[in-house]
Amino acid sequence: MTTQTKIVTSRAPVKEAVKDASMVKQKEMMAAHYDRLTSAHETGDKVAATFVPGNLNELIMCFDLLNNLPEVNAIQNGLRRVSGSYVLEAEKIGHSEDVCTYVKSDIGMMAKGNIAPNGKKFPDPNVLLLSYTGCFTFMKWFELLREQYKCETIMLHTPYMGDGKITKNMIDYMVKQLKDEVIPKLERVSGVKFDIDRLREYLKKSTKAEDDLVRVLQSAKSKPSPIDAYFGGIYYIGPIFGAFRGTQDAVDYYKFLREEVEDRLAKGLGPVTPDGDMGKEKYRLVVEGPPNYTSFRQFWKMFYDEGAVVVASSYTKVGGVYDFGFRHNPDKPLETLAEYCLGVYTNRSLPMRIDMLVNYINEYEADGLLINSIKSCNSFSAGQLLMMREVEKRTGKPAAFVESDLVDPRYFSAANIKNRLESYFQMIDQKRAGVDAAA
Amino acid sequence: MATSLNPSATAGIVARASALFEDLSFTSAREWKAAKPGRKVIGYMPIYVPREMIHAAGMLPVGIMGGGDQLEVIHGDAYYQSYICRIPRSTIELGVSGRIDFVDGMLFPSICDVIRNLSGMWKMMFPHVYSHYFDVPQNYRDDIGGNFYANELAELRHDLGELRGKPITDDELRHSIAVYNENRRLVRDLYTFRAERPWQAPAAEVYLMVRAGLVLPVEEHTIMLRDYLAAARAEERPMRDNCRIVLTGMFCEQPPLNLIKSLELSGCYVVDDDLLLVTRWLTGDVEIEGDPLRNLSLAFLHHSESTAAKYEPNQKEKGQHLVRAVKRTSAEGVIFAAPSFCDPALLERPMLQHVLKEAGIPYIAFKYAENSGQMQPIREQAGTFADSIKLWSGA
Ligand code: SF4
Ligand code: SF4
Repeated sequence: MTTQTKIVTSRAPVKEAVKDASMVKQKEMMAAHYDRLTSAHETGDKVAATFVPGNLNELIMCFDLLNNLPEVNAIQNGLRRVSGSYVLEAEKIGHSEDVCTYVKSDIGMMAKGNIAPNGKKFPDPNVLLLSYTGCFTFMKWFELLREQYKCETIMLHTPYMGDGKITKNMIDYMVKQLKDEVIPKLERVSGVKFDIDRLREYLKKSTKAEDDLVRVLQSAKSKPSPIDAYFGGIYYIGPIFGAFRGTQDAVDYYKFLREEVEDRLAKGLGPVTPDGDMGKEKYRLVVEGPPNYTSFRQFWKMFYDEGAVVVASSYTKVGGVYDFGFRHNPDKPLETLAEYCLGVYTNRSLPMRIDMLVNYINEYEADGLLINSIKSCNSFSAGQLLMMREVEKRTGKPAAFVESDLVDPRYFSAANIKNRLESYFQMIDQKRAGVDAAA
Repeated sequence: MATSLNPSATAGIVARASALFEDLSFTSAREWKAAKPGRKVIGYMPIYVPREMIHAAGMLPVGIMGGGDQLEVIHGDAYYQSYICRIPRSTIELGVSGRIDFVDGMLFPSICDVIRNLSGMWKMMFPHVYSHYFDVPQNYRDDIGGNFYANELAELRHDLGELRGKPITDDELRHSIAVYNENRRLVRDLYTFRAERPWQAPAAEVYLMVRAGLVLPVEEHTIMLRDYLAAARAEERPMRDNCRIVLTGMFCEQPPLNLIKSLELSGCYVVDDDLLLVTRWLTGDVEIEGDPLRNLSLAFLHHSESTAAKYEPNQKEKGQHLVRAVKRTSAEGVIFAAPSFCDPALLERPMLQHVLKEAGIPYIAFKYAENSGQMQPIREQAGTFADSIKLWSGA
């Protein structure tokens, strides 16, 4: 199962990236999805756009709608290094340099013809499902899109877990919105009648995939870790955070992935990097914050070249937190969707986020916390400096802070980040030496 | 009631409001608290909290609007990256430096992710102070968002009741609603008066008058507003050849007072704005009879200001509040002034600008920070805008 394939990336800038078989499989799934989306005008399929946090893919599928996630498109544009020009385009037409670059990448892409990664035009959405979960920007983002597409826009408001708990009022509010607003409107747009049993079936599939995903993520507790739970993790979450949760494809993918990872685990292997197997694991890190996508490979390389593996990350929880026990529950189909939305990482209070990171450092026996602070993302970034100090205080492990942006290449300073990382690794060494000396 | 028609009365009232504004230690609120044992103060941030609830608990609501341009931020910068607005860091500064140590609770309303996250920071940094993220619905149906909001209000009512050691009764709430209805009417009167005669109620004065309401007990503030209105009406002041503008985007981090003054000095009378929205968030009187929570909830759903922190369910309505404000006040243009790095104001801006464009209303835009010192560029921009408006209206 450890088949590795050499893939020539579309731009092939440096050299071929080595990929796991699961990555290849995922690439095929994504390609097929983009093909379905871009041929919607021929097939007559209708399209719903929605967000990764609070993504109600199972519900969307109940109405035979195709799910198009603008954040995923922005990521693709970042990885393909076209987001920079889209961001500039959006700024040219009046969007502030200060706001989230995902939005600007999306708007710039629209302005430049709305071309999907497969080179074909994206269809206009039939409905914008504004799942307002964990990020203020979402609300404005879809108001901006609604202005352009003039299509039905459905707000599903997820209250924020400010006091660190889910209350009955929150669940009731969300279920009522689902029943009386979201579902009737989706029925109207799609022309498909809602069938709760169909939803239950999808949710059952979600649960299966979630189980396997958690097994994969938790494999990083082993030493060495068979996965990188940030850079590699971003691939692992792709299907379940995107348009595949609740599908048989996702069930198959996560089973396949789990077996692949278990195989590596059995063989005592570390993660696969774009340059092949990682050498000896020297540092185990927990990472908070999204990555930079425009220099994704370069960023990752700064880690694996030093033998640093990320054993847990918060970013891989933005589309759902499953590793503390939550699973979609087919017996309570609407309540479970509400609970899912409420629990996503960015909808958790700061103290909850800190608890999670502390838990990861302890459970995964990490050497410390690294924060990649994203310039244009207030949802993640506001408060991270306090988080860093608090995690340091509670774990006694060193933390470090680097800054970049998701998809705006202007804010990725490789030299600065590399310097910071190098000093951070030295700090970890010193800490270890101190502990050894004391022992 | 100290109503006086003596023209110099304006200056006296403004001086008092100005002293309140400049006092970063909140002496008047401290004195209020010290005057009777057991009194409590609840701080709140922009954009809206139902101050009636705090008042009904016998507590003093105090608006915490950051540190302005006079506060030296020593600690606050260590908590925030350079690409986050100023208000959270100066608020932390107020907290860490002990300037708001008399506050018994803090409310962080649903406005944006910065204040949302600050609510969690506050819980960690000041664990002995009650702090609560105050959520509001983005669904405007009575049976959905309305119920949710009434329950959130009930939770707040419960918490504040616990804090004072006695539940808040319906009658207490009804009384407070009536008191705030009166106060809101006066704030609206002040805005109407300024729109009619902006030279008699300069924007900086109106700002100070309204801002005083964030620290004074509401009853006192109502008297102050009444006095100011009477004095301002009586005092004839020279009318300048200024154009009339609506100012928008300043609903959270406050602009320096100098900035507001600069706009008028450069030829723009401010005839409407979205500063300190909490004082007039509810656009009509809240019903007093019946269930007070339901009444507050319905007022929120159906009679509250439009602003970037709220979802507009109807695309056709998007931005129309601004067009209406322009028409209502006979304004000739709009100035978009947003705090740097402010997601709500800056993400909203292009949509509002499209609406204005369609309505043929001219606008300009700039950014500021609460501690901006350099007014020259803003003055020049506003001056040029005023000139171009005059040119147009002359043509
Ligand atoms: S979470 Fe951050 S990156 Fe994602 S849309 Fe919101 S602001 Fe942008
Ligand atoms: S100024 Fe804007 S971004 Fe900053 S806290 Fe206020 S609303 Fe949020």
